[in-house]
Amino acid sequence: MNERMIEQVRVPIVNELGIVTARQKGREISKKLLFNSVDQARITTAISELARNIYLYAGNGEILIEVIYSSGKTGLKITAADSGPGITDVRQAMQMGYTSSNGLGAGLPGVKRLMDEFSLETEPGKGTVITATKWIR
Amino acid sequence: MNIIRIPILKLKDFLLVSIQVELDDNTVMRFQEDLVQRISETGASGVVIDLTSVDMIDSFIAKVLGDVVQMTKLMGAYVVLTGIQPAVSITLIDLGITFTGVRTALDLEQGLLLLEEMTGE
Repeated sequence: MNERMIEQVRVPIVNELGIVTARQKGREISKKLLFNSVDQARITTAISELARNIYLYAGNGEILIEVIYSSGKTGLKITAADSGPGITDVRQAMQMGYTSSNGLGAGLPGVKRLMDEFSLETEPGKGTVITATKWIR
Repeated sequence: MNIIRIPILKLKDFLLVSIQVELDDNTVMRFQEDLVQRISETGASGVVIDLTSVDMIDSFIAKVLGDVVQMTKLMGAYVVLTGIQPAVSITLIDLGITFTGVRTALDLEQGLLLLEEMTGE
């Protein structure tokens, strides 16, 4: 993929405040990129879910928000990275309604539905990297 | 960490809440406790929670809001959520959150009318 990066923001997630900061950055950048209001809400919500996952399961990690260009399209890419326990059963984690915490179980499958592209790399004991991209329509 | 208190206003037999702050986890949890406390203190028969200024509801906030509604019902009060933004309603459905059994209205005014109907006041 030939992606040219023009802007990026890195938000460390070490406490609940990080969730709010990441969300606000996402809202700010998606507004600047002129995403429509529904996609702005989708991006902000996806960031919130990913940041909360880091906080709940890994304790700390970071959210990287990037503006990307690919074949004439502009998009916003979110990377959520942590070096937490990893996900042992990815299929289960991607099931709607499954939760190992106290949530609604909408987290990861929710993020996948909110965004255009979604990928997950995880290794038990090493950590998890999730990327999700939304393209401007 | 600063916890923001969401104001809960009393209007006749109802409680009015308009959420106008960025909802972090602690703020929504605090709101949950404050609201049930206020219902108990005032003996309110109905609650309107207006979400007009809320531009994002993730699964955690949705869970807490759903819990607030259930708690209010358990205390014998009626509750209506109002002003859910179009973008928020779309993302809630993307997340698979339907708020089943939760009464909603377009705006605060309609929410109050609905409450009056429900409580017979």
